[in-house]
Amino acid sequence: MGSFSIFPPRASAGAGEVDALYAYLLLVGIGMTVLIFFFVFLFAIKYRRKSPQDRPRAIHGSIPLEIAWSVIPFLIMLVMFGWGTELYFRNYTPPSGDTLDIYIVGKQWMWKIQYPGGQREINELHVPTGRAVKLTLASEDVIHSFYIPAFRLKHDVVPGSYQTFWFEPTKPGRYHIFCAEYCGTNHSRMIGWVTVMDPVRYQTWLSGGGTGESMAELGQKVFEKYGCVTCHVLDQQGRCPSLRNVFGRPVQLADGRSVLADEAYIRESILNPNAKIVKGYHPDIMPVFQGQIGEESLLQLIVYIKSLSVPTSAQLGQEVPK
Amino acid sequence: MSTTLPHPDLDVRTNYLNADYGWKSWLFTTDHKRIALLYLFSITAFFFVGGAFAVMMRLNLLSPNGIFAHDTYNKLFTMHGVVMVFFFLVPSIPATLGNFLIPPMIGARDLAFPRINLLSWYIYIVGGVMALAAIVRGGVDTGWTFYAPFSSTYSNTHVILAAMGVFVAGFSSILTGLNFIITIHTMRCPGMYWSRLPLFVWGHYATALIQVLATPVLAITVFLLCLERVLHTGIFDPSLGGDPVLFQHLFWFYSHPAVYIMILPGMAVISELVACFSRKAIFGYGFVAFSSVAIAVLGFLVWGHHLFVAGQSMYASMVFSFISFLVAVPSAIKVFNWTATMYQGSISYDTPMLYAFGFIGLFTIGGLTGLFLATMAIDVHVTDTYFVIAHFHYVMVGGMVMAYLGGIHFWFPKITGRLYPEAWAKFAALVIFVGFNLTFFPQFILGYLGMPRRYATYADEFHTLNVMSTAGASILGIGYLIPMIYLAWAWRFGPISPQNPWHAKGLEWEQSPTPPPTFNFIEPPVVTEAAYNYSGEEAEIG
Repeated sequence: MGSFSIFPPRASAGAGEVDALYAYLLLVGIGMTVLIFFFVFLFAIKYRRKSPQDRPRAIHGSIPLEIAWSVIPFLIMLVMFGWGTELYFRNYTPPSGDTLDIYIVGKQWMWKIQYPGGQREINELHVPTGRAVKLTLASEDVIHSFYIPAFRLKHDVVPGSYQTFWFEPTKPGRYHIFCAEYCGTNHSRMIGWVTVMDPVRYQTWLSGGGTGESMAELGQKVFEKYGCVTCHVLDQQGRCPSLRNVFGRPVQLADGRSVLADEAYIRESILNPNAKIVKGYHPDIMPVFQGQIGEESLLQLIVYIKSLSVPTSAQLGQEVPK
Repeated sequence: MSTTLPHPDLDVRTNYLNADYGWKSWLFTTDHKRIALLYLFSITAFFFVGGAFAVMMRLNLLSPNGIFAHDTYNKLFTMHGVVMVFFFLVPSIPATLGNFLIPPMIGARDLAFPRINLLSWYIYIVGGVMALAAIVRGGVDTGWTFYAPFSSTYSNTHVILAAMGVFVAGFSSILTGLNFIITIHTMRCPGMYWSRLPLFVWGHYATALIQVLATPVLAITVFLLCLERVLHTGIFDPSLGGDPVLFQHLFWFYSHPAVYIMILPGMAVISELVACFSRKAIFGYGFVAFSSVAIAVLGFLVWGHHLFVAGQSMYASMVFSFISFLVAVPSAIKVFNWTATMYQGSISYDTPMLYAFGFIGLFTIGGLTGLFLATMAIDVHVTDTYFVIAHFHYVMVGGMVMAYLGGIHFWFPKITGRLYPEAWAKFAALVIFVGFNLTFFPQFILGYLGMPRRYATYADEFHTLNVMSTAGASILGIGYLIPMIYLAWAWRFGPISPQNPWHAKGLEWEQSPTPPPTFNFIEPPVVTEAAYNYSGEEAEIG
């Protein structure tokens, strides 16, 4: 048994910041507890009953004191609120620039991990140091939660939607992945390891695995297998919209609205195509794929559709298989 | 001061306990005090059922690889939660002490609707039997939170039976709340102005508002869940077009206010204990009274802090985080005012006051760790870990159960007409305090280290802290058994109590005999002074 610490290992840029905020909260918490314990003990001893006839004078209250002990704690709490909110927004909003995108599917009771280069793993996640890593999370069944204590981060994996979060690993090592949302029989066995490597070793590791086909290439196969290609003819007018240069751009809908073509939009348009019809096209042409296509194939399709688009400025630096 | 003394010849001879005999006199009673005892025995039974599950959970966690099968452990923590939350904590203080004491405290003969009060107990028992039936037939494994789509689609256990048990028991809670609100509004005796209400009554009034307004949402939620399971309606399951996060919004819209159903009555008891054993008027009576109402109102607006990692809009999360900090202010006001009440008081260390000390200390820790969870960046790390488990056990067990035991000891002479053995009681209070902290403090550390909740097995590095926690639980378990024994003994063999053994203020002690007769008072009570007038000040002429 190693040396005891109240902190788990710190392996990301964000972990230290969360620990700093935690230290502030501990300081306030311990300070307040000591203050209250001190006065309770002090009064309990100093004013203990000396005679059964004691009849202390009543003190009905003090408005200045009430205001003081409402306002001062509230101000201290405002610091917690401001600090915690700022850090939360930063930890949960992926940088718009150069991120390494990794796709994770949770199912009872394992994590299936896909890399842009087509490598796939179960319950093992490999990431390089010094690079912003963005995870896209999907679930095939119930709600799970992808939790890496060493990064002080978790996010629920909610079926029917994509959730994302990001981190920048800083310290090579092996750290726990836990499922943090109860998901049935083997919930406590839905665990794995994230391996943080320095960039050079990471490249070596990447080239050692995989089938040789990138996620986009796998997605193209799915695209052909399900016959998407017969209507979504690239670069020309088919019965359905061309998918070239769609991702990341606004799409005009038949009902006059405009939506951004992000992962959630493409997911919905595959599973339930009539939900949003592109202007100039007809509903009920494309079959509903809800329940027909697995989450992993769906993610490959989305990566493929992404690869058909010249990155917008917001997507510049999407991982391109080397 | 006009204190009406009972007629000496009527004294203790006829009271609510010996006014009538036989099982029918209990099962068909409409006396709020007898109904309170029916509740007392039922919730005590559920407490020990829920406690037995906790003991088995702690045994399982002695080893990193667990002792029981995973499914067994999953059922244990589910049934521990369901039984403790819905069949012990929610009814605990309101249905026993509240039921027994609100009428005499406001100078009423009974609650406004005595037969509805009895009905609420029967409904509770029906709900409880359904939950027990679910347990006996093999249990439930969804967690007490019944999250969809696991509960609606994937679990193969008795979800419908348990959820409908919760559904039914909810109506008992609604009826109790309704009864309290109407009683407090309409049945106060002459001179019992709102500004003179004991804080016990204020706390229960706030609780009753939540019971009436929030519980219907729980009923709707579990009903929709059962519909989804049977008819596949597609409200929550995304594969049927539903939204699983909608379930969490609906569930926590009840279940966060329900946390205040579980703690406000505890605070209500503590106000009485601190005043009596300091022989002082409560410092800042108005602030303590209105902080209960403020907690009840703000408590409805914080449910989203359970969804910071569930994919809720970040801006919604920000608002929920802010209101969660706001709701901490009235709780802090209470703690400060209790402490200030002791200043220059005459403080005795009788058992109820020891529990009040315990409550103030443990609730402070429970409340402050709540701030960690309201801070979004910290919540992302510690939510769904043992940090949360430790936090709410400090509030629910360290707070509510301490207050409940303090209240039971304080009013034991009132309820039974006998005194309990003080030395044993102090010893038990100490054992419970030590056992509690040893059980739950290590769980804060486990949580920050990253051990998720609801884990049948865990990583080796969490072993030591889990062993400590289990050791504490065994001490805590013994601590809870000791009062069972001496209180049962004292009920039969304890020395006869004088009318007001604590020299406490309040109609229930000063003007109602001990134990009270069926209609609480021999002569109609009149109030001529403010609450907690321990220093004997003249009533202001107004």
